[in-house]
Amino acid sequence: MLASATAESAGWFLEHAWIIPIVPAVGFLFELFLGKRTGKLSNHGAYFGVAALFVALVLSCGAALNWIDRADAGHGDHSALVVSGAGESLPVLSAEGEGGHSVGTTATPVIKQWTWWSNGGTTFSIGQHVDGLAVVLLVVVSFISFFVHLYSLEYVRGDRRFTHFFAALTLFTASMLNMVIAENTLQLLLGWELMGLCSFMLIGHWWEEEPNARAALKAFFTTRTGDVGLLVGICILYFSTGTFSIKDTNEVALAGTIDSRVLMWAAIALFVGCIGKSGQFPLHTWLPDAMAGPTPVSSLLHSSTMVVAGVYLVARLYGVFYQGFDMAGGGVNLILVISVITILISGLLACVQTDIKKVLAYSTVGQLAYMMLGLGAGAWTMAVFHIFTHAFFKALLFLCAGSVAHSGSHHSFDMKKDMGGLWRKMPITFWTWMLGTVSLCGIIPFAGFFSKDEILANVGYQGYELFMWLGLLGAFFTAAYMGRATYLTFLGSPRGAAAGEHHEEAHDPHAGHDAHAAHDSHAAHDSHGAHDSHGAHDSHGPHESPALITVPLVVLAVVSVASGFLNALPFGLEYFTNWFEPASQEYFPKLSHAPFHWSEALISVAIALAGLLVGLGLFAKDFGPLKGLTKRFAPARWGHTFLVNKYYLDALYEQVVVRALAHPIARAAYWVNQRVIDQIVNTAGRISAGLGRWVYRWIDQGVVDGVVNGAGMTASGSGEGLKGIQSGKVQQYGALLFGAASVAAIVLVVYIRAK
Amino acid sequence: MGMTSNNWVLSAGVFAPLVGVAVMLFVPKSEEQLHKVIALATALVTLGIGVFTLLKFDFDQANVLQFFVDEKWIPVVKARYVIGLDGISLPLYILSMVIVVLVMIYSWNHIPSPGNPKAFLMLMLVLATGMNGTFVAQDLILFFVFFEVVLLPMYFMIGVWGGEQRQYASLKFFLYTMFGSAFMLIAFLGLFFQTGAESFVISELSVGAAALTKGTQALIFAGMFLGFAVKVPMFPFHTWLPDAHTQAPTQGSVLLAAILLKLGTYGFVRIAIPILPLGAKEWAPWIGLLAVIGIIYGALGCLAQTDMKRLIAFSSVAHMGFVMLGISTLTDFGINAALFGMVAHGLITGMLFFVAGSVKDRYHTLEINRLGGMLKQLPKLGWILGFCAMASLGLPGLAGFWGEFPAILAAYQPMEGLNTGLFRGYMVVAAIGTVFAAAYLLWLYQRTAFGEPKPEFADGGHEGHGGHDAGGHGHGGHGHEDEHGDAHGADLHDVNAYEWVAWAPLLLAIVVFGLVPDLMFRVMDPAVTDLVRNAKAAIGIGG
Repeated sequence: MLASATAESAGWFLEHAWIIPIVPAVGFLFELFLGKRTGKLSNHGAYFGVAALFVALVLSCGAALNWIDRADAGHGDHSALVVSGAGESLPVLSAEGEGGHSVGTTATPVIKQWTWWSNGGTTFSIGQHVDGLAVVLLVVVSFISFFVHLYSLEYVRGDRRFTHFFAALTLFTASMLNMVIAENTLQLLLGWELMGLCSFMLIGHWWEEEPNARAALKAFFTTRTGDVGLLVGICILYFSTGTFSIKDTNEVALAGTIDSRVLMWAAIALFVGCIGKSGQFPLHTWLPDAMAGPTPVSSLLHSSTMVVAGVYLVARLYGVFYQGFDMAGGGVNLILVISVITILISGLLACVQTDIKKVLAYSTVGQLAYMMLGLGAGAWTMAVFHIFTHAFFKALLFLCAGSVAHSGSHHSFDMKKDMGGLWRKMPITFWTWMLGTVSLCGIIPFAGFFSKDEILANVGYQGYELFMWLGLLGAFFTAAYMGRATYLTFLGSPRGAAAGEHHEEAHDPHAGHDAHAAHDSHAAHDSHGAHDSHGAHDSHGPHESPALITVPLVVLAVVSVASGFLNALPFGLEYFTNWFEPASQEYFPKLSHAPFHWSEALISVAIALAGLLVGLGLFAKDFGPLKGLTKRFAPARWGHTFLVNKYYLDALYEQVVVRALAHPIARAAYWVNQRVIDQIVNTAGRISAGLGRWVYRWIDQGVVDGVVNGAGMTASGSGEGLKGIQSGKVQQYGALLFGAASVAAIVLVVYIRAK
Repeated sequence: MGMTSNNWVLSAGVFAPLVGVAVMLFVPKSEEQLHKVIALATALVTLGIGVFTLLKFDFDQANVLQFFVDEKWIPVVKARYVIGLDGISLPLYILSMVIVVLVMIYSWNHIPSPGNPKAFLMLMLVLATGMNGTFVAQDLILFFVFFEVVLLPMYFMIGVWGGEQRQYASLKFFLYTMFGSAFMLIAFLGLFFQTGAESFVISELSVGAAALTKGTQALIFAGMFLGFAVKVPMFPFHTWLPDAHTQAPTQGSVLLAAILLKLGTYGFVRIAIPILPLGAKEWAPWIGLLAVIGIIYGALGCLAQTDMKRLIAFSSVAHMGFVMLGISTLTDFGINAALFGMVAHGLITGMLFFVAGSVKDRYHTLEINRLGGMLKQLPKLGWILGFCAMASLGLPGLAGFWGEFPAILAAYQPMEGLNTGLFRGYMVVAAIGTVFAAAYLLWLYQRTAFGEPKPEFADGGHEGHGGHDAGGHGHGGHGHEDEHGDAHGADLHDVNAYEWVAWAPLLLAIVVFGLVPDLMFRVMDPAVTDLVRNAKAAIGIGG
C-alpha cells in the first residue's frame, strides 16, 4: 500500500511528517472526551492541547531541519540541475538586464500515499506531500498555535466553555496541519472545510449574544460561497489532469498539454475559493466580523494561519495558476487585480475603525492581498516569506490587543472610548506591540520590510509598475492606520476604562466572556477565583498582564524581528530562498528574482515612515487637526460615511442578496410549491373524487347493470373506490388506481403490439 | 453463483419480522411491555441474520448476486420467487435492518399518542419485511409486491399516530405513491409483453429488452420513472413528502427518510437502468435537470420554513437531488456516489428526525421562532443537532460529503454520448446548492441552538428563577403556559439513555463512513462497475 516517492531516506522527521497532524487530532479527542473528567489534573483538558501542540512543534521543527539538510544537499534523486548558491550564505544576485536567474533548491518533495478509497476504477489516496512550502507552514502553524494555547490558558480562564474552546483550537490546528501536508487536493479540501468548521465554532464561542452567532454564520457562509469555486476547480482539475495528486497536477499543468482555456477556468474557480478563505475583495466582509471570537482565536485563525489557506493553495498549486493565468506571458491577471483592489480598500477601511481588533483585521486582509499580489506577479518565494513573517508579527499584534483588553481596558476593544496612555501601565505589551507595528509597516530592519518590500520590488521588476506603486500607496495606508492605532491605544491621555473608570455597560460583544463568567454560577465561583480577583484589579485600573500572556508576547516579538533575517537581501542573506524555493523543475515554474536596490528600498521605507508619522501626528493632542473635520468639510463627511459603512458591501450582501434569497425568493418558491405544484395534486384528487361521484351516480347506478358487468370488475372497483375518497377509505381508492392502471396497461400493450 | 447452501438466509432476513408479528397477534394488547420486548427481539434477530449475511457475503464477488434463490411462485402470472443480494443492495439491506432496531429502541419510551404499542410495533415489523424484501427481490412482480407492502403500514403509522393533519397527509402519501406505482406496473407489464419474456426476472428481462427500439425503451422507462420519481421524491413530484414527514410520528419520519425514500432511487439503479439502458440514456438529461432543480428548489423551500421538522423534510428533496444527479450521469462514479449518498442521507437525515422528535417531546413545539438557546438548556441535544447539521451540509470527514462531492465530480464527465456541457452546467448548480445547504442548516442551528432560551421556556432548566411575572401574577403567569402543560421544567431534560442507545450507532456510523468511505465503496463498486459496463455494451459504447 505504501508508495514512497523517494528512494533514499529523507530523515526521520520528514519521512514521518504525516504524524504531525495526527498528534493534535488525538489531543483533540482527549480534550473532548476526557477534558472535563480529568478536571484540574489536565486543567479541564487544556493541557492535552498544550502537550499535543508541543509535540507537534517539535516534530515540525525536526521536519524543517531535515528539510534544510535535504535542501543543502541540494540535489534530489534524479535531478541533474546545478543548484545555484544552495548551502551558502553568499548573496545571489543577478546581473542587471539578464532577466534575473533561477535560485532555490532542487530537493524534491517527500511524498507518501496510502489508499483512502476507490470508486469506479479511480483510487483516492491520503498521505503527505512535504516540501519547503509545507515545512514553512508546519513550523508557523504549530509554533503560533502552541503559544496561542499557552496564552489562552490565562485569557479564557474561567470561561464556561473552557474545555470546548481548547478542543476547537486543537482541532483547528490538526485540520490546518493536515491541509498543509495534504498529498492531494481532496485531502486538502478535508482540512480546508474542517478549518471552516472550527472557525465557525470559535467565532461563535460566545453564542449567547446574537452578534457573535451571526458573525460565525457569516464567516462560514461566506467562505462556503467561495468553496463552490474550490469544488468546481478541483473537479475541473481532476478531469483535465487525471489526478488529484498535487505534484502530478502541477506537472501536468506545466507540461502545457492541457487546453489553456480549461486550465484558466480551473485557476479562476480555485481562486474564487481562495478569495473566500483569505478574505479578498469582494468576499472579505466576513473577516472583520470574525473578530467577535475570543482574541486568541483572532490571533491564530483569523490573522496568522487559517486565512492564509487561500494564499497557500495558490502557492501549492502554483503550476496551475502560473499556466492558467499565463504568468509567463506577463499580462495583467485576475490575482493581481483582486489583490491590489483589496490592498487599497482594506487600507482605507482600517483608518476609520474604532475597534482595535477591526483595525488589525483589515490589516490582515491587506497583508494577505500583498501575498496574493506577489503570487500573481511570479514572486512566489517573497509571498511565502511574507506568509512566514506576517504570521509572527500579526499574531503578536492581536495578542497585544488581547493583553490590552484583558488587563488594560476592562475587556473593551474600543480605542476611542477605553484606551489611551497605556504604555506606562503596560510596558511589555507596549514595546512588543511597537516591534510588531514597525515590522508590519515595513521599517528596515524589521521582518515586514524584508518580505513586503521584496514583493513590491519583484512586482515592479516583472513589469507591473502600476501595481507596485498602488502597493506602495497601500503601504502608506498601512503605516498610517498603525500609527493611529498606536497613538489611540498607548499614547495620549487615558480615556474610559484605561483611566480606571469602571463602567458596567461598556462591554462590547467581544467582552462577553467576562459577563458569562458572572452569569454562570459554576464559572464565577469554584475554579475561577483568579479571574474574579483580577476582575477586582480591573476596577483599580490598568496593569500589565500576567506571565502566561507576556511570555508569548516576548517570544513572538523576538521571532518577529528575527524571522526577517532569513531572507534579508540588503545584508546578502538568502536562506529562505535557498532552502524553500524549488528550483525550476517539472512541477514548479522557472521564476526569476529582482535584484536588490537600495534606492527602491529607501523610497519604500520613507513612505512607511511618512505614513507612520501622519498616523501618529494627525491624532496627537486629542485627535489633532482631524478633530471635527467631518463636520466642517462635507466631502470628508461623505467619504467617512462611505468608509464607516464599509462601501455598503455588507448592506448589499446582507440586506439585498441574502435577504432576497431568504425571504422573497424562498417564499416565492414555497408559494409556488404550495399553491401551484401541490394545488395540481390536490385538484387532481378533487376532480377524480368529483368524477367518481358523477360516474357512480350516472353510470354505475343509472345505466343498465349489464353494461357495467360487461366492463368487469374494473369499473365497479373504480366506482367503489371513487366513493372511497369521500369516506376516506383508502383501500378502495387504491383499488381504483389499480383498476385504472390495468386498463391503461392493456391499452398500452395493445397500442405497442399494433405498431 | 455458489452459496446455494445459504438459500434460506435472505428469506429468513425478509420474513423474520413476520414471525414476530404472528407472535404478537396472540399477546393481549394490554401487555405493552411484552410487546416491546417481542418487537425489539424480533428486530434484533433480523439484524442478527443480517450480520450473518454480512459475514457470509463474499466481498470478492460483490458484483454477483449471492444467496441466490429461484423458485416457482405464481405460475399463472409467470412471477417467480427470485431473490439475491449483491454489492448494490447489501448496504441498503443492512441499513434497513439497523434502522428498524434503532427505531424499536427509541420506541421503548416514545410510543406516540394515542399509544397502543401492539399495533404500532406490528406495523413497523411488517414495514421491515417490505423494505428488506424490496432490496433483495430480483423479480419485478416480487419487487412490486414488496414495494407496495411498505405503503400500508406507513399509511397507518401516519394516519393513526401522526400530527394534527394526519388524515390529509397519510391519504396524500398513499394515493400519490399509488399513482406512481400504477405507472410503474404498466411499465413492468409493457416490458414483459414487449420482450416476450418467459418471466419477470430482471436478468431475463434485460436480455430481452436489448432487442427493443430506443423509442419503446424510452416509453417504458417513462412509466418506471414516474413510479420511482414519486417515491424518491423528485421535483415536481415531491409535495407529498413535507406533509407526510411533518405529520408522521418520529419513528415514521425516521423510517421514511432513512429507507423508504431509497426504494425509489434503488429502483432506478436496480431495475430501470440495467433493463433499459437506451431509455435511461434518453431520459438522463431530464433526470439531471429535475435533480438540480430539486437541489436548489428544496433548499429554497427549507429557507421558507418556520417548522423545524418540515425544514428537515424539505432538505430531503435537496439531498435526493444530489443522489439523482449522480444516477443521471450513468457513470460508475456517479452511481457509486448516489448509492453512498442514499446510505449517508439515511443515517444523517434519520438522525435529524430523531433529534426533531426529541425536541418536540421536550418543547412541545417545533416552531423555529419559539425555540432558541438549546445549547444552553439541553447542551447535548444541541451538540448532536449541530453535528448532524454539519454532516448534512456535507462537511468532509463526515458521511454526507461522500454522497455529495463525488456526485458533483461525476457530473463533470457523464457517460459518453450525453451532453457534457449540459452536465457541467448541472455541476455548477449542484455546487452552488452546497452553499444553500449550509445556509438553511446553519440558519436553523443559529435560531434554535444559539442565543438565550426564549422566555416561555427560560425557566425550564433552572431552579428558583426570579420570575418574569413578578409580584402577585405568579398564578396568571403560569396560566399562559399551562396549555403546554405545567411540566415544562420536567420536560426540559437532556438526551436520555434510550436516546443515546438509539442514536450512538448512527452518530458513530456518520463518522466512520466519513473517515473511511472505502468501507462502503469497496462493497458497491464491483457491482456498479459491472452494471455500467453492461449498460454501455447494450447501448454500444466502449464494448
